[in-house]
Amino acid sequence: MTATPERLNEKPLHELLALLQRGEISIESLIEDLFRAIEAREPEIHAYLELADPDELVRQAQDQREKPLRGLPVAVKDLISTVGFRTTCGSRFLEDFRPIYDATAVEKLKGAGATVLGKTNLDEFGMGSSNENSAFGPTRNPLDLERVPGGSSGGSAAAVAAHLAPAALGTDTGGSIRLPAAFCGVVGLKPTYGLVSRYGLVAYASSLDQIGPITKDVRDAALLLSVLAGHDPRDSTSINGDSADYTAELEGGIEGFRVGVVREFFDALEGEARRVAEGWVRAFEGLGAAVEEVSLPHAEYAIPTYYLIASSEASANLARYDGVRYTRRFHDESLEEMFSQSREEGFGPEVKRRIMLGTYALSAGYYEQWYGKAQRVRTLICQDFRRAFERADVLITPTAPTPAFKLGEKLDDPLQMYLCDAFLVPISLAGLCAISVPGGTVEGLPFGLQIVGDKLQEAKILRAAYAFEQSRAR
Amino acid sequence: MPFGKVGPYTFSMQTETVIGLEIHVQLATRTKLFCGCSADYFGAPPNSHCCPVCLGMPGALPVLNERAVELALLAALALGCEIPPYSRFDRKQYFYPDLPKGYQISQYEAPIARGGHLDLELEREGKDGPTKRVRLRRLHLEEDAGKLLHDPATGRTLVDLNRCGVPLIEIVTEPDIGSPEEAAQFLKQLRQILRYLGVSNCDMEKGELRCDANISLSISGKPGTKTEIKNLNSFKAVEEALRAEAERQRALLERGERVVQQTFGWNPDKGRVEPQRTKEEAEDYRYFPDPDLVPLVVDEGWRQKLKAQLPELPHEKRARWKREYGLPDYDIRVLTEERTIAEYFEKVVALYPKPKDVSNWMMTELLRLLGEEAQTEPEPGLRLPPEHFAEVLKMVEAGTINRNTGKDVLEETYRTGKSPRQIVEERGLAQITDEAELARLADEVIAEQPEAVANFRSGNEKTLGFLVGQLMAKTRGRADPKLAARVLRERLSQ
Repeated sequence: MTATPERLNEKPLHELLALLQRGEISIESLIEDLFRAIEAREPEIHAYLELADPDELVRQAQDQREKPLRGLPVAVKDLISTVGFRTTCGSRFLEDFRPIYDATAVEKLKGAGATVLGKTNLDEFGMGSSNENSAFGPTRNPLDLERVPGGSSGGSAAAVAAHLAPAALGTDTGGSIRLPAAFCGVVGLKPTYGLVSRYGLVAYASSLDQIGPITKDVRDAALLLSVLAGHDPRDSTSINGDSADYTAELEGGIEGFRVGVVREFFDALEGEARRVAEGWVRAFEGLGAAVEEVSLPHAEYAIPTYYLIASSEASANLARYDGVRYTRRFHDESLEEMFSQSREEGFGPEVKRRIMLGTYALSAGYYEQWYGKAQRVRTLICQDFRRAFERADVLITPTAPTPAFKLGEKLDDPLQMYLCDAFLVPISLAGLCAISVPGGTVEGLPFGLQIVGDKLQEAKILRAAYAFEQSRAR
Repeated sequence: MPFGKVGPYTFSMQTETVIGLEIHVQLATRTKLFCGCSADYFGAPPNSHCCPVCLGMPGALPVLNERAVELALLAALALGCEIPPYSRFDRKQYFYPDLPKGYQISQYEAPIARGGHLDLELEREGKDGPTKRVRLRRLHLEEDAGKLLHDPATGRTLVDLNRCGVPLIEIVTEPDIGSPEEAAQFLKQLRQILRYLGVSNCDMEKGELRCDANISLSISGKPGTKTEIKNLNSFKAVEEALRAEAERQRALLERGERVVQQTFGWNPDKGRVEPQRTKEEAEDYRYFPDPDLVPLVVDEGWRQKLKAQLPELPHEKRARWKREYGLPDYDIRVLTEERTIAEYFEKVVALYPKPKDVSNWMMTELLRLLGEEAQTEPEPGLRLPPEHFAEVLKMVEAGTINRNTGKDVLEETYRTGKSPRQIVEERGLAQITDEAELARLADEVIAEQPEAVANFRSGNEKTLGFLVGQLMAKTRGRADPKLAARVLRERLSQ
């Protein structure tokens, strides 16, 4: 964290854009700085699964000069379909898979003038909270290499935090953007379900998956969201609506905003974390917001609800990896053997655990008891939020109960691992938007503040996050 | 259905055949159910009608084809189904190489239509018999799977995914069908309705209409164990397979054995059902709502709009023709078989209001011409405008041409597109009605055929036929044969 501030790779997108616009820097010098940093730190961090060729990025940037993002490179989580790169999903099964199409989000990035810097490491198919479930080895937290970067978009968050990318795309099913953003001390935004097209996002749990930005600051998150958001006729769950410029109202301040403090989640904090969180309340009051407590009584059931629904959907979504077509094929003596051996060897243990769980939850005779009940609890959780938003414009919670933990610490205890996402999955289940911003440090490590908005209230959470971020900078 | 009868066989036990059908119909949409790939895959090179969506590539998402929904709704409306305001799509999960996503998008809990019925029009000695109602259980939308091709040369199995995602409706009947003949009749009538609606071409050879059947024998009203026969893909197969299976079950029961619930395929060459490989465990498809698709809402406005698009259905048309035209049952059945033919008939009748004459000409001449062309979708109006057809009939009635010339003119009109009048004029086919001209030609014949004339004059009446033939030849067929005979007889007696 002591690199010289002149390094271009340390600057957020909006500053780079201003510098490019004024002709003060060139894309070449940015790419040069980026790859110098990558050369130095990538071997120990392992944020990337594949990188673009720097010369190629410069060449592509020439064609993008006239567009809003002026050829700036953005890293993309390797769960998002890209032409020209492998899309492995962190799985041995798709080790050699080269997609034939770009995801809508990638199309939009390119259309706005960005280039794809590389594909970032992740928990296999987005299933994990630590990035230790990647078939290609874990990503490490750039702030403490003994610790995890969070998951599943750990590679994206680590790349942005270590200045190996100006910004990145992540995906969030039950917290996979927000948790790594919090653990790595960067900004991560999960949009409202349906705001960003899922076309080309390799499905883990279709009713929850969303693509969103992981950035160095709130303004960059607003900038990228403006590019990514908007209706896509190729995604039936995409929300009909006009695209918006989310940077426009960032600076309006939050005087008079009603900020709801989620009691259950604050109560779960201990010691230093609790003191840091109490500081947030004072900070928002200092910004002129009216802070009051709100309750989410059903949030305690969110983890089992999430794991039933997400695993059920995953068990179907991952059925397509069977050794027949684009995946690796591990045995083809007989049909049954090909299916079972390919899946046995292709998937990692966490993926298999969730497929088994989902298969069980959807089985004849168990469906109502598990999947059916989980759907009803999901409705109750949605109602909790509806009530909360009658009293508040935004909600604040810690992003996670603790800062980044050590590699291996929770690997043998899936339930402990799942609990990292306790403050994140209720929002996912309700399809709401939320942003994680650096909220201070606990044990010397970044500790994230989550700001939650009602559906399509991205402008509000961005404005609150920006105001909070600015208050910290002062 | 009388007790104790299964098809042509009579048994001593009091049994009743109970049949239910599950029918898959390929919808006549331009594109597939969830992507923009052409659904017209028949005969195309393998894997040439595919995209990330129908290939089930990672990250690809389905988007529902509105036209497919409309066609399903048209079928549902025509069959009197109830159309709930809301339906949804479910994933039916199983592993097979022709199913790229590992699940088929279908409708399980909330199909697009429920209930409905089809009234079988049973035939009795060529005449319309009583009708029998077959109730429908449900009608739903789903996507088709691909095909596996087994290469005998290499022993390898190859996958062709062109058919993957092609829209189907599945129609499930209640077990209301009482005989193999009724089952075939049901399929024929269903096919006719769906073709009338333009919902499907129902070309069974192309697999556009496929049928699975459940059959059991109930004894003295007590329900029996049912078996399933899959892939009955012609009317003949439906009838023969069900007859064979009824017979097999019957024989088991007569020997005091039990019918075992199982699934068969039909072997038409051996004329018997053959057990299909069954999985050891019971199938569990683990249906659940597809989160990639939103609920399908059919509001009253849409329903009404489609209802207004419904054409007159075959049975309605037949009833009206009986009333309005008084045609024989047989004629009506033949001419209403295809909607295009039926509509053509009505256009011609509008121009030439003698329905029975039009019917006779159409059934003999037009259907013969269309049959020669072996068209699967007869569109007579394209080749032979109704105006031309009516004109031929009018010219015959007016005596401008005789009946045989009329047939020739009709055929030439059909083949060349020229108007009948133009053909008659160009080829000088107008009938010679001028008796003086005929008398002159008759005199020529008399002069040329002294032997035959002498023969006739000596009392051999039969020779007149030969002489009339000579006279007709001189007119190149343009004379009315009766008039020719009268004129010739007059000249001979002078």
